[in-house]
Amino acid sequence: MEYFLIIISAIFVNNIVLAQFLGICPFLGVSGKLSTATGMSMAVCFVITLATLVTYLINNYLLVPFGITYLQTIAFILVIAALVQMVEIVLKKVSPSLYQALGIFLPLITTNCAVLGVAINVVTKEFAFVPGGMLNLAQALVYAFATSLGYGLAMVIFAGIREHLALMDVPKAFKGVPIAIISVGILALAFMGFSGMVK
Amino acid sequence: MVLVLGLTCLLCSAVLGGAYVLTKEPIAAAAAQKTSRAIAQVLPSFEKASERDFVQVYGKDFPYYAAFDAQGKLVGYAIESSVVGFGGPLTLMVGITFQRVVCNTSVLSHSETPGLGAKCSADPKFTSQWQGFDPSVKKLTVTKDGGDVDAITASTITSRAYALAVENALAAFDELLKEKEVSHE
Amino acid sequence: MSKFKLITDGLVRNNPTFVLLLGMCPTLATTTSAVNGLSMGLATLFVLVLSNMAISAIAPVVPDKVHIPVYIVVIATFVTLLQLLMQAYTPSVYETLGLFIPLIVVNCIVLGRAEAFASKHGVLDSALDGIGVGLGFTLSLTVLGLVREVLGSGSVFGWNFIGGNDGMLAFVMAPGAFLCLGYLMVLFNKFVKKS
Repeated sequence: MEYFLIIISAIFVNNIVLAQFLGICPFLGVSGKLSTATGMSMAVCFVITLATLVTYLINNYLLVPFGITYLQTIAFILVIAALVQMVEIVLKKVSPSLYQALGIFLPLITTNCAVLGVAINVVTKEFAFVPGGMLNLAQALVYAFATSLGYGLAMVIFAGIREHLALMDVPKAFKGVPIAIISVGILALAFMGFSGMVK
Repeated sequence: MVLVLGLTCLLCSAVLGGAYVLTKEPIAAAAAQKTSRAIAQVLPSFEKASERDFVQVYGKDFPYYAAFDAQGKLVGYAIESSVVGFGGPLTLMVGITFQRVVCNTSVLSHSETPGLGAKCSADPKFTSQWQGFDPSVKKLTVTKDGGDVDAITASTITSRAYALAVENALAAFDELLKEKEVSHE
Repeated sequence: MSKFKLITDGLVRNNPTFVLLLGMCPTLATTTSAVNGLSMGLATLFVLVLSNMAISAIAPVVPDKVHIPVYIVVIATFVTLLQLLMQAYTPSVYETLGLFIPLIVVNCIVLGRAEAFASKHGVLDSALDGIGVGLGFTLSLTVLGLVREVLGSGSVFGWNFIGGNDGMLAFVMAPGAFLCLGYLMVLFNKFVKKS
């Protein structure tokens, strides 16, 4: 039941882009075409889940026992940067086809605040629907995966909208990013309907 | 290359270690000040408050502070009570005088929706009703559920959680009185 | 380039929010009120100026291959420093801004200025550039926060002018952030960019 709540809450109610405002830059940057949006979502999904696993372990078995949680930010960002590099190298060797699909997005992900945001959230935020408030490792992974699914969902929906938007005749001052952001606003209004579904 | 990277890391962690040591005390002081201010806000004037202690009710630990007047007589207890609100945990400081009347409440932390549930910490219409709330006269549920607590408009869940937090604090208060009687005998 | 122009450039011509479209996440998330937007802007300004200065000082000795990791470590150090200072001296602001303080590390503005400006210029120029861009960011965050506060809670910098606190709530919540930013950009395009 907890897992179900975590998944619904992370994908719809607290959608990472539309309710938490994380990862907006790549969200606006690569959502022009449906195919690139899908590729980016998959890459983000992969990195967020992996990064959460590693940072969760580092936080609970390294930073907390030694009482140096104030180094959290610096440790997490270094781990994420290294991880992204590693994923890139491994992917190149092991699965060139997957690398072709995700490769160009990987360097961008280091500075995607969604990754660092989720990693920090998982170890610091208290969750209402989890007994005790803090997530355990399995819950953290489910949360991270579901959150990135929510990212993908928002991204794909938005890319679909933008493909149509590109063909529309909009006033000059609205062209490009402004009208895109306004449409995200309307999308966010729609997602607000989910709030209250999970306490 | 590796040398530069290593040196940077070493230097940076040294700076942060130093900063941590320097800011450790102000951070602790700021937290302590926040607590003592909350205690002063929720109880009638008192001379001194005890250190943080814990009382167990429903298998949960409630942190509390006992406040005494100049003669060393008990004024009341300030009890920290945490419940699940709409957006996440909602933690209150509840001041209860020795007559078992809620003197005042104060929100320590919350993650309610800004403009809706978040009003529980700021809207005087909601917060003022807790001053002198006597649970033997008034019923501790929101009016929608047949009680005497005026809920925040469009934030019934937050208001219910708030009332529950106060109720839990009262339960902790009863437990404290019981413990006190036992120790007197 | 004159020293003064370094600062004014960041305010309008290279405004990080409206022109460069950088640092969108804190821009949208922390502008529920003018004061919140202002504090987030100042926090970013702090990190931006210090990291710009430090990076311009060390840039000549950092080998090209590792310059990004080194910059990130430097920036993360200043962010952590800011976190500690805020916890100690402005704990309530720190609580309000929450997650978005550590996330300054991945704010593209900071790394972007380090890479594009600080690594190629002197310490003083980099500091001024940091001030300019930081002020530009602060300005747009404050304006956005002000608009959302007026529409959403009916107040200005916490001073309530409609009596009672029932504004249009959607503007304080997520959708309003996007809508306001979108329309502000339209206005900026229409009236400022043209000249």
